[in-house]
Amino acid sequence: MTIATFPPEPTPEQGWGRYFGFCTDAKVIGIQYIVTAFFFFLIGGLLAMVIRGELITPASDLVDRAVYNGIYTMHGTIMLFLFIFPVLNGLNNLLIPTMIGAPDMAFPRLNAVAFWLVPIFGFLLMASFFVPGGPAYSGWWSYPPVSIQNPVGHLINGQGMWITAVALSGVSSIMGAINFVTTILRMRAPGMTLFRMPVFCWTALAAQSLQLIGLPALTGGAIMLLMDLTFGTSFYRPEGGGDPVLYQHFFWFYSHPAVYVIILPVFGIFSELFPVYSRKPLFGYVYVALASFIIVGLGLIVWVHHMFPSGVAQWMRNLFMVTTMLIAVPTGVKVFAWLGTLWGGKLRLTTPMLFCLGGLFNFVFAGITGIMLATVPVDIHVSNTYFVVGHFHYVIYGAAVMGIFAAIYHWFPKFIGRMPYEGLGKLHFLLTFIGANLNFLPMHPLGLTGMPRRVSSYDPEFTFWNVVASLGAFLLGVSIIPFLLNMLSAWIRGPKATHNPWNAIGLEWLLPSPPPEDNFGEEVPTVISRPYGYGSGQPLVEHQDEIERRLALQEAAA
Amino acid sequence: MTTTTLQQPGAPAEHEEHPKHNLTGFIIFLCSESVIFLAFFSGYALLKTSALNWLPNGVEGLEWRMPLINTIVLVSSSGTIALAEHFKNRENMALFRGFWLMSMAMGAYFLYGQAVEWSGLQFGFTSGTFGGTFYLLTGFHGLHVATGILLMGLMLIKSFIPGNYKGGEQGVQATSLFWHFVDVIWIILFLLIYVWQ
Ligand code: HEM
Repeated sequence: MTIATFPPEPTPEQGWGRYFGFCTDAKVIGIQYIVTAFFFFLIGGLLAMVIRGELITPASDLVDRAVYNGIYTMHGTIMLFLFIFPVLNGLNNLLIPTMIGAPDMAFPRLNAVAFWLVPIFGFLLMASFFVPGGPAYSGWWSYPPVSIQNPVGHLINGQGMWITAVALSGVSSIMGAINFVTTILRMRAPGMTLFRMPVFCWTALAAQSLQLIGLPALTGGAIMLLMDLTFGTSFYRPEGGGDPVLYQHFFWFYSHPAVYVIILPVFGIFSELFPVYSRKPLFGYVYVALASFIIVGLGLIVWVHHMFPSGVAQWMRNLFMVTTMLIAVPTGVKVFAWLGTLWGGKLRLTTPMLFCLGGLFNFVFAGITGIMLATVPVDIHVSNTYFVVGHFHYVIYGAAVMGIFAAIYHWFPKFIGRMPYEGLGKLHFLLTFIGANLNFLPMHPLGLTGMPRRVSSYDPEFTFWNVVASLGAFLLGVSIIPFLLNMLSAWIRGPKATHNPWNAIGLEWLLPSPPPEDNFGEEVPTVISRPYGYGSGQPLVEHQDEIERRLALQEAAA
Repeated sequence: MTTTTLQQPGAPAEHEEHPKHNLTGFIIFLCSESVIFLAFFSGYALLKTSALNWLPNGVEGLEWRMPLINTIVLVSSSGTIALAEHFKNRENMALFRGFWLMSMAMGAYFLYGQAVEWSGLQFGFTSGTFGGTFYLLTGFHGLHVATGILLMGLMLIKSFIPGNYKGGEQGVQATSLFWHFVDVIWIILFLLIYVWQ
């Protein structure tokens, strides 16, 4: 291809207004997603602070027991459906088109609709705090029979709103998934074969395939739940011949794969960032890429491990124990690949790298407790205790949220065009890493010694570890302050970023920062080699030197 | 190679004309949608096999003759819609519209038959898990039939816009794909509900 008019003129500043409207540019939508997600992260975090405040003393003294049930239910629901999924979709929107050299997503309007559903169902969920009877209180998984009780008797009740919001979230995610998969499959730059695609796109493709396969099952199950709650059917009502365990199957058939929807893109982030900050190619690129799809395959056949105590047949327990443990294999492949990448590399301990290293550490720890939980006898012993809460927060906060922070620090200069501050970033990292471990580690001994989850009061023998955990939680609460400060001040008056401040290899780094509205426009460079050619000196695309020279010229002129 | 951005690697370049992705997206959507039905089907099978008394009191079983006629009509409409598509590809718009309209009519007849059947039943959707799943499955499928008819109507209108003939191509393809999908789902549903009693 020619690069006659490259680089495209930078798009003139467009002001803040477009972030509040129906905009079809994936880069705007990506930022809309991320900012919305962090708004809800603060609400979910505030609820977590209330939970930990309640648990700092053995007695139930801060909030009423019934209110407590609503608080942890909403904490879990908000964190998953209004924080983690939207923030990841935001990253997908920013990264997928720029990484594969597409001008936008395949269906820009569908993309915008998918985003705008998020504030809508977010509002619905928030509104449920204010209806008679309060919000849903049956836990984030909403098992019947608790979730099909309607003691207040109103048609509009917290549980009903919860189900509607989750169903809408599913619709939004499906729209997103159709868009991401189509974009990755159909809109890659010339020369970018699947095995020249950055690992982040592989993991996004894998995660979004899981959404497409799993989510409809949850939607179907949720429709039946809503009918049981509202119209008096008895799909899950034992007294009417229904089966509450059926709901558990529907729920976990999606919600277990959902954890891979969360962690796979984070694996992608690790795989992108470790090579950049250790100046070495990703070790075993092909295996890392393929392992994502092995995780998809296995991830779809492990859901019963959430139901070991639910009266499922013994053969099912054995089968699902084995499949669950098998997942450790592709995951282990990835961990070894990252270690192999780091080994002997010239490590640069920037903020994004620190978050990645911390995230990897926490992930390995969570992997160990995960294998413990996969073992049926252990699981039955610690089921519904704080051991489980500790395990999944290590994955979700310790690994996923840290990976997401890493991604934000790493790609912020590209999409905002300004550099975040390293000092604040490192402070944020330190507080997060210490806070997370202080918060979630004590949950393991608590669980092993028998403290149940979802209780607002506990036996005084558990006090010590609970106090430690609460202190860690408050530290986590504080940790968000340097982050927000950093983001806001860098956005407003941070130093201007060059097109490639981290010296990274990838199509997105061959664009001006921030990228012009339709990215490469018509002149997408032809990709001629695999990603991550650090230290090899091999160019990624045709005319690479010329492109870099012109970008540097453009920057010098500005 | 000059302009194109939306190319499969290695494919020959098409000047200025970006291939559309609607059909790809729609096929992905259909795959995903089929999982909802799969969930309902497996729920039905599970509830039925584990039920102590499946049929509500006083209900003997389902009448299958009329639904069978309905099935035949719906399945044949898959044939007529394929014919319509065939004639569209031959650029014979009159026959395309004829067969297209016929498929719509057959779909409407199916819905009518469904409504007649529903109104004659002695059980409602709160009559145990049998009633619930019966109405859920047939209702959800019926909703898809209605959607299909609407889509067909839309494509029919679009075919009258002069010059729109090329752009509507993917829409016609997608609609007829959707119709085949609705059909296949019905066959499974019929076997599950009416044949397996
Ligand atoms: C500020 C950091 C956080 C703290 C201090 C925290 C604390 C807690 C605690 C103590 C519980 C257990 C409540 C109980 O069982 O009584 C809990 C539950 C939960 N948390 Fe967090 N959490 C934090 C962040 C997150 C994040 C980032 C996510 C997900 C993205 C998350 C997802 C969940 C879920 C799904 C539950 C289960 C709710 C249920 O039992 O239904 N949490 N959290």
